[in-house]
Amino acid sequence: MSEDRLAGDEGTDPTERADPAERGDLVWEVFRQESDGDPMIHGGSVRAPDEDLALHYAREFYGRRQESRRLWVVAREAITELDDPDLLQPPFDRSFKKPGGYIIKHKLEAAKARAGEPT
Amino acid sequence: MNETERADAFYAHVGSGGKVEADDWMPDDYRAAVLKFVEMHANSELMGVLPEREWILRAPTLRRKLALTSKVQDEVGHAQLLYRVAEDLGKPREQMLADLMAGRTKFHNVFHYPTESWADVGIIAWLVDAAAIVSQQALRDSSYAPYARTMKKICWEESVHIMHGRDVVLTMMNGTQRQRALVQDALDRWWGPLMQMHGPPTDPAKDKDLHWRIKAKGNEQLRQEFLSIYVPRIRELGLRIPDPQLRYDDAAGRWRYSEPDWDELRSVVTGHGPKSQERLEFRRVNHAQTQWVRDALLGPAAAAA
Repeated sequence: MSEDRLAGDEGTDPTERADPAERGDLVWEVFRQESDGDPMIHGGSVRAPDEDLALHYAREFYGRRQESRRLWVVAREAITELDDPDLLQPPFDRSFKKPGGYIIKHKLEAAKARAGEPT
Repeated sequence: MNETERADAFYAHVGSGGKVEADDWMPDDYRAAVLKFVEMHANSELMGVLPEREWILRAPTLRRKLALTSKVQDEVGHAQLLYRVAEDLGKPREQMLADLMAGRTKFHNVFHYPTESWADVGIIAWLVDAAAIVSQQALRDSSYAPYARTMKKICWEESVHIMHGRDVVLTMMNGTQRQRALVQDALDRWWGPLMQMHGPPTDPAKDKDLHWRIKAKGNEQLRQEFLSIYVPRIRELGLRIPDPQLRYDDAAGRWRYSEPDWDELRSVVTGHGPKSQERLEFRRVNHAQTQWVRDALLGPAAAAA
């Protein structure tokens, strides 16, 4: 805990006290890895004034039963989000980008049949 | 799109199984309804540990003491997770705790009653948690996605509590005549509150929590599911359920039972239960006694808040 946070400011406007960030109390997103080699998956969030306490809370909430191999805490404000459907879910046919977009069964049968024919 | 059209589109989205994230736009009515629901749930987790903590020092073995302490820790953890979900809907945690302690918000009826013996610990962990998990499992399909995700984690932990409670009950049922009598006595006292716990049947057309898929199943459906699973499990132990009218109606495909005392439910959840005021006072005293921790961690600005 830093000196200036301990010192604080006695004259804080009371209307600002409801804002957790004003008090040095932040929201941290928690990511957890269930087994070695697994991806880090979002678990939830905790509220804490600093990283150390955020990790402590994360451990209590997401590691109490040995269910996590690794935990990350990331300040929510450090996350940048993109959820624009125009960019992520455009209404155009994207099947040529996926294996399922190529239906070859009949073409393969035809090709094999043709290859078997005497030239 | 004006405000009404936007709200209509939103309700069509959730009505057809769509999900909502914390930073998505949502109508004020929906936000208020989710907040109220989650806040009541968080309050219940926090207040629900008070009857059980009374038994930590009186647990019969070290393993039971560890299990009960762990359960209490889990439930407080659930409260923390749920207050976090509620905070993101716009109400500060400090305000939620202040409202709870002042009796302005509610917590579940079952946590307003006294515990008389160790058998109560078993019945609470087995049957109260079972009744809760029936509704919590349905909440994993809530339209409000942060709540639904939290419920997946909570259900996983609650399933341990049920096994712990069932183990306590089974141990006592295999014990002495006196121990069996204690379990029967606990069941006799808890059955009424258990039958009230899911609330009176609601008209699905008017139940907006259901309509907006904040919850996925109606009160009566949850009670029926609870009865279908747990009545046989209670009876197979030789326990008697204190409701002479309880029976499964094959023709109707549902359980029949004596009408739960809805007046008692209303009275209890508005702070007039046998232990309501004592438990709220405990929460107030405890909050005051731990103020120094918040002061030390958050600094003087938080202390003043």
